Amino acid sequence: MRAATIAMKFNTLLIANRGEIALRVMRTAKRMGLATVAVYSDADANANALHARAADRAVHIGGSLPRESYLNIGAIISAAQVGGAQAVHPGYGFLAENAAFARAVIDAGLVWVGPPPLAMESMGNKAGAKRLMKAAGVPCIPGYDAVDQADAVLTEAAVAIGYPLLIKAAAGGGGRGMRLVGAHADFAAALATARSEAQHAFGSAEVILEKAVIEPRHVEIQIFADTHGNVVHLGERDCSVQRRHQKVIEEAPSPALAGAAGAALRRRMGAMAVDAARAIGYVGAGTIECLLDAEGNFYFMEMNTRLQVEHPVTEALTGFDLVEWQLRVAMGEVLPVNDQADILRRFESGGHAVEVRLCAEDPAQQFLPQSGRVLVWQVPGACAGLRIEAALETGMQVPPFYDSMLAKVIAHGRTRDEARECLARALDDTVLLGFASNKAFLAACLRNQRFAQGQATTAFIAQEGAALLAGADAGANAATLIATALYAWRAAVHSPLAGRYELPLRVEIDETVYAISLKPLVGNGFKASSAGEAYEYWFLGRSGNAISLRSGPDRETIHFAFSESRDPLAGEAQWRGRRYVVRDLTLVAAQTAAAGAGDAAVKAPMAGRVVAIHVKSGDTVVKGTPLLVLEAMKMEHPVTARGAGTVAALLVEAGAQVSLGQVVVRMHAP
Amino acid sequence: MAAFETGIKSSDTAFAANRAALLAQLDEARALERRTAEKSAAAKPLFDKRGQLLPRERIALLLDPGAPFIELSALAGYLFDRPEPDQSIPGGGSISGIGFVSGVRCVIMASDSAIEAGSIRPMGQEKMIRAQMIALENKLPYVHLVQSAGANLPQYKVEGFVRGGAIFRNLARLSAAGLPVVNVVHGSSTAGGAYMPGLSDVVIMVRGSARAFLAGPPLLKAATGEIATEEEMGGAEMHASVSGLGEYLAEDDRDGIRLAREVMARLDWNRHLQPVAESTLRKRGADAQPPRLPAEELPGVMPNDPKKPVDMHEVIARIVDDSDFLDFKALYGPATVCGHASIEGYPAGIITNNGPLDPDGANKATHFIQACCQSGTPIIYLQNTTGYIVGKAYEQGGMIKHGSKMIQAVTNATVPQFTIMCGASFGAGNYGMCGRAYEPRFLFSWPNARTAVMGGEQAAMVMRIVAEGGAKRKGEVVDEAALAAQEQKIIDNFERQQSAIATSARLLDDGIIDPRDTRAVLGFVLATVDEAARRTLRPMQFGVARP
Repeated sequence: MRAATIAMKFNTLLIANRGEIALRVMRTAKRMGLATVAVYSDADANANALHARAADRAVHIGGSLPRESYLNIGAIISAAQVGGAQAVHPGYGFLAENAAFARAVIDAGLVWVGPPPLAMESMGNKAGAKRLMKAAGVPCIPGYDAVDQADAVLTEAAVAIGYPLLIKAAAGGGGRGMRLVGAHADFAAALATARSEAQHAFGSAEVILEKAVIEPRHVEIQIFADTHGNVVHLGERDCSVQRRHQKVIEEAPSPALAGAAGAALRRRMGAMAVDAARAIGYVGAGTIECLLDAEGNFYFMEMNTRLQVEHPVTEALTGFDLVEWQLRVAMGEVLPVNDQADILRRFESGGHAVEVRLCAEDPAQQFLPQSGRVLVWQVPGACAGLRIEAALETGMQVPPFYDSMLAKVIAHGRTRDEARECLARALDDTVLLGFASNKAFLAACLRNQRFAQGQATTAFIAQEGAALLAGADAGANAATLIATALYAWRAAVHSPLAGRYELPLRVEIDETVYAISLKPLVGNGFKASSAGEAYEYWFLGRSGNAISLRSGPDRETIHFAFSESRDPLAGEAQWRGRRYVVRDLTLVAAQTAAAGAGDAAVKAPMAGRVVAIHVKSGDTVVKGTPLLVLEAMKMEHPVTARGAGTVAALLVEAGAQVSLGQVVVRMHAP
Repeated sequence: MAAFETGIKSSDTAFAANRAALLAQLDEARALERRTAEKSAAAKPLFDKRGQLLPRERIALLLDPGAPFIELSALAGYLFDRPEPDQSIPGGGSISGIGFVSGVRCVIMASDSAIEAGSIRPMGQEKMIRAQMIALENKLPYVHLVQSAGANLPQYKVEGFVRGGAIFRNLARLSAAGLPVVNVVHGSSTAGGAYMPGLSDVVIMVRGSARAFLAGPPLLKAATGEIATEEEMGGAEMHASVSGLGEYLAEDDRDGIRLAREVMARLDWNRHLQPVAESTLRKRGADAQPPRLPAEELPGVMPNDPKKPVDMHEVIARIVDDSDFLDFKALYGPATVCGHASIEGYPAGIITNNGPLDPDGANKATHFIQACCQSGTPIIYLQNTTGYIVGKAYEQGGMIKHGSKMIQAVTNATVPQFTIMCGASFGAGNYGMCGRAYEPRFLFSWPNARTAVMGGEQAAMVMRIVAEGGAKRKGEVVDEAALAAQEQKIIDNFERQQSAIATSARLLDDGIIDPRDTRAVLGFVLATVDEAARRTLRPMQFGVARP
């Protein structure tokens, strides 16, 4: 079956997306001589978003909530018309896999930079996709994907498949509406939740059941097809490191596809993916996601009918620009390279590339999404093989309405270790302050022994868990170093006649208050002691908000960003890649300092919308009692009592939008 | 300018001996300062228990991080409290200095409240008066951190009581001159001390520990029979809400320091400062070159024996910018060295001694002082003088009138003058070279400095010659043993009073400095007087009074 898309030339491209992917698509479009049109929401207008500034034209498409803007098909089509665009690139996420959108684009007489809507539809429904793939002879995971959604039928099917199994939203993706069920007793409840989430997120409660392959790898094949009947694959990407079924680290080649056996498996999987694409008359960029078990068996999971977040690792190995390929295919051109052997040669001699997804989420709080103002965004200087895809800049506001991914950092090296180490170092040297992020967590993943040995499966994060999280306590060394750097930061001058009296500093770091005694030494040195441990630091210099101190033979650099520049100085520090929340309590009265650490005010742990309130004024609560529920980044997060007490006042109503740190409930101690 | 060629080799044995001797003298002074600080720090557990900061901690937190702070009169009162050199605690019961608070250069005074409850100890009153005079003369706001038991009653002296009134008079003068006086009452400030907050423009009182009343409960009961608590009569809360003596109520010492910093910040004190030209700023900044010769060598340059000569050009070359010195009338009266240089970019005239002050030298110095006054150039005296020269030829050459002329010039110079006691300061040389009595803006001593009307041995010799002459006239036989004993007594008396530590203890200087810090200290005081000259104050007739 050949695609029915009528290809045509175009010179102006609208990018129906935001953030780094919008910038990424624009870059190639500009290189190809195309004019670009960006769209933006209220939130992005307020944030003066980079993607809107980078385009030749930017059109406002509506409110901050995705459904009001980036999911608003009508608004985007009119934006294309207003902006004079003849083609639409959807990026990924939002409407990228929405066949109705693709149809609307085509119906408006515009070129859709993506697969034919029919192919999107056939892959959009997981159950339907599996049926199609099974029919095409593609190996699939045993499961249930029929249209009959009766409880009894599903329950029976579950027993037949056996446990553990996965319940997935048939229309879903990205891990939402997905539940792992370990035992039959939990099935009914999990089914109900999965259905409700599926209905809420995708407008359809239909689910499929799948045998859960234990500790598989997630290996996917990038395919590309043109309108002339050419279909190729561009090798695999290993995206096994996932959290809540969302990818964290992606790399190519897969460590599991090493050597001659790996090369053979790559060819088998590639052929399967090409067959699958042909089976549905696919055009453009697509990805066949598979589970690969320890024995080398692979199963079709789903097909993503769009450009993937992780496409840069494929670009690194092959040297191709996949966005350019998409645009050329959309213009009706033949694939720039369609010799499969040549592509495989490039892939297999292309070294190794690793990508991480830098997200505004706090690993220490179950990866709770974060938002707020970027106090510092500073990327390391040019380093061979390092690529950073981001739409961040110091001072910008990260809105709470969209995906938490802020940036992708990709390292390309001759070997896996080279790429991995370069990437970990790049993460250390990247400064991101303003809110918690998974930056240090990513670096820890990259340096983890299991990952380093190429042994990470989808169970990796669950297995390594705590080891990947930085220690809860800053420790005396970090505390004295940060306190010393903070003092040096406050110094406008470093006079040789500076006072020499010992300073009784008091600095709160990550909610622990440290009493630090700082004794200035002749020659810009400091002896810093805390809890009986003493360290000597020597001031080396200041560059912007970064303080460099010498500690023994080491040069340590501490970056600061302050959200409050009046006393008490409050903000964040980054040292050795890790972020610390810092408050200088040196000149704060003892009882005020102590009260700040108490639990009288319950603050919103993130920006979000209040979707439920579970308590009323006067209620008695114990530690852990749910107080209210916030929705942010498309997920619900309960806010619980940190200690026993009574509710003194509720300061928000259901439906209210709250900002990070906003006091939502006041408590009385019991 | 031809680069100065040093005649000093740091490998010489004399250099090493000089250095060792001077550093030992410096250590001795620093050890005494440390003794006071350690004595004060020993009260830490007690202060911790009370939730209070030690006085030096208060100052440390009050000061701007990294900014210069020059402590003054640290050895005041050494051997005055008790005669045993190993027992005496110098400092006079307070800590004073010049530093920066929220960007404002000011005089800081704090009760050393961890020693004898912060009571004023011998020379402490004079130390406070000196700090206040520095504030007045240099247009500096005055910040006082008080926690003091007040006068030391067991050591009561009527003259101390009477002269002590000057402390309060000076507060009133500072306020009227347009110089804000800020007082943080950390603890007791009672009886006479109660006028300390009373005469301050801004009073910050620490809740629970500040006390300001004229008579405490025991005296009150004795005097009138009334019974009242300390808190009722002088607590911070009472003063902040009832009497109106306190402007700001601090929760604890840290909060009090925060408030003091905030008060200073809100003065926006430097907005009335006449700006400095860009080119001048550059001279004081990036263009100010350090000396080409290392300051580190200064301790070895100065001979430990004042009888040994030293070319003071060697000292100048290790202090001034780029070692660049324009020798004024180098060939005329060469024993008195005058010339122009810059220190940290501030131009200054320098006068020093390569020999006794003779008629030519005195004339030259007079000329130079007047020229500096004409051009508005501050003058630095590097004292290393054995005095005005004596001898028939010099007397006949008019030494008295030429020396007098020089003293007139020094006395009436219209530019700021500074004196560093680099070594010898004998006889009228002390006066002519702007000694303490000539009220230079600041006077600092090197640890090797010696000050006396003449050398002890010379004094003893004079007395011997007089005694022998008298005996001869009377035809008596000289009692050699008695004469030797008297000679020794004279020598001892001179020796005891001539060292830098002894003069510093008597407040005859503003402190002993490490010679290697001389450039930084001079740079600081030059900046201080430059700032004062650029500052227009808003004087008031009677100072600030509270309702």
